[in-house]
Amino acid sequence: MSDNILVTTLDEALKWGTGKSLWPFTFGLACCAIEMMSAMGSDYDWARFGSDVFRDSPRHSDLMIVSGTVTKKMAPRIRRLYDQMAFPKFVISMGACASAGGPYVRGYSVVDGVDQVVPVDVYVFGCPPRPEALIQALKMLQDRIVAGKVKH
Amino acid sequence: MEDKIIEVNFGPQHPSTHGVLRIKVKLDGEIIVEAQPIIGYLHRNAEKLAEMGAYPKGMVYIDRLDYVAALNMELGHVLSIENLMDVQVPERALWIRILMVELNRIASHLIWLGTHGLDMGMLTPFFYCFRERERILRIFDEITGSRLLYNYFAIGGVYSDVTPKSIEMIKEWTEDFVDKLEEIQAILGKSYIYVSRTRGVGKLSPEDVLSYGVTGPMQRASGIKRDLRKDSPYLFYEKINFEIPTRTEGDVYARFLVRVEEMRQSARIVKQVLEKLPQGDFYNKKYSKPMLVRLKATGESYVPTESPKGEFGIYLIGDGSSIPYRVRIRSPSFANLSSIPTMLKGYKIADLTAAVSSADPVFGEVDR
Repeated sequence: MSDNILVTTLDEALKWGTGKSLWPFTFGLACCAIEMMSAMGSDYDWARFGSDVFRDSPRHSDLMIVSGTVTKKMAPRIRRLYDQMAFPKFVISMGACASAGGPYVRGYSVVDGVDQVVPVDVYVFGCPPRPEALIQALKMLQDRIVAGKVKH
Repeated sequence: MEDKIIEVNFGPQHPSTHGVLRIKVKLDGEIIVEAQPIIGYLHRNAEKLAEMGAYPKGMVYIDRLDYVAALNMELGHVLSIENLMDVQVPERALWIRILMVELNRIASHLIWLGTHGLDMGMLTPFFYCFRERERILRIFDEITGSRLLYNYFAIGGVYSDVTPKSIEMIKEWTEDFVDKLEEIQAILGKSYIYVSRTRGVGKLSPEDVLSYGVTGPMQRASGIKRDLRKDSPYLFYEKINFEIPTRTEGDVYARFLVRVEEMRQSARIVKQVLEKLPQGDFYNKKYSKPMLVRLKATGESYVPTESPKGEFGIYLIGDGSSIPYRVRIRSPSFANLSSIPTMLKGYKIADLTAAVSSADPVFGEVDR
C-alpha cells in the first residue's frame, strides 16, 4: 500500500517536472520560425515559462515546434528528426501551413499538415500566429502534461 | 596516412542554415575542397499559385517570399502591376511606401545581425537586435494591423492610412535608434574574436560578383557601387538624400559593415520622409477595394527594386484576362546563394557558418 502511494506521487512529480522544463528544438522551417524567434526574444521572453533552453540537437530536446510549410522533400527529414528525439517528446504544430497546408494547400509539393508525418499535441492557428498564441500553446501543452493527458 | 576526402552534410536541420539549406561539403582534413548547396526543401510553388488567382490575390504568396522583409516583396509586385496597368498613385501613398519599405529594410537587417551573431557564437546581439526590431514591428502593427506578413500595399495606393499615433511612434523610434545601433555594432565590431573570425573569410572578387549575378549588400561589400534606389529611382528616391555604403574587401566583415551602415542610411531616409509626407489621399479613388480583383491587363512588365537582399523584381505577363499569364520572380537570395561554392573553396570548415550567414539567405525566396 505504502509503495503504491510513493509510486503515484513520484509519477506526479515526474509529470510536473517534464511539463515545467520543456527543452524546445531549434527547428525553423519558414515564416513562422521568425515569430518563434520573437517569442524567445527580448519582448515575449518565453523563458518565463520554463522552456528557455533551445537545443540544436534533436537528442537533447523534448519539444519540436514545426514552424512553417512542410514540403514533400522535407517531410521524411522531419520524421527522422522526430525519431531521433528521446522520450517523452511532444510536438506543437505552429501556423496554418504546418497544421493544414495553409495558403499553399493547392500546391503540388506541399504536405497538407504535419500530422501526416508526426503525431501533434497542440495546433496553433494563424498565418503566422503571434508570439502570444505560441506562448498560449506552450502553456496548454504544459497543463496537459501535468494533468497526464498526453500519451506518447 | 594517405589523403582522404571526406564528405560531410551540413543541414537541412542546422541552427546556422537560416532555414532549410543543405550543403554537401567535401573536406580534405579541415580544408573545404568543394561545397555544393542543395535547395528545394521549402519549395512551395509561389509562382504557379500566384498565376491561379486575380492580380491582387497573388500578393499573399509574394508576401511570403522573403518573410523578414515582406513589404519590400510587396513593393516589387505592386510596382510591376501598376506599370502593367498604368495606374496612377497619389503622392501620399508613394511616400508612405518609402517609409514602410525602409523601416522593413531595417527590421530585416536587424534579424540578419542578430542571427549572424548567433552563428558566430554570440547570444547578446540577438536579444539587442530583437528588442529594436520589436519596436519597428509595433509601428507596423499600428499601421497595418499585422506583425510579420502585412498584405498592405494595394494596387493604386495602400490599404490604410498612417495615423498620427503611428507617426509619433516613428518619431520616438528615430530619436534613439542610431545610438542603439552603435551599441549593437560595438558588441560585434569591438570583439577581437568576431573580427578575426570574419576578416578575410568568404571573399568574393568583383568578377565573381558579376558572374554570379550577386546583388545587394554582398555586391557593395565587394566594391561595386550599385543600388537601384540611386541607379534607376522608383517612388521618390531621387528626392531623398542618402549615401550608398561601399567597401572593397569583399569578405564577411565588409558585409557586416555595409549592412550596419545601410541601416543608418535607412533611418536617415525615414526621418526625411516624415518631414516631406504630404496630405491627401492614400489610395486612388478609381481603384476601390472590391473592384481590384476585376482588373484586366495585357502586356509585359518588370520593375526592379532594391530589396534588403538585392535586386528584386517580378516579371508579369498579362493575356487580357484578370488572371496573370505568367509571374516570374527574380529573387536576390537565390543568386547570392549560388556564389557559395566560390565563397567557401579553400577555407576551413569553421568558416562555413560565417560565410553562409553573411549571404543572408531566406528560403522562402530561394526555393519560392
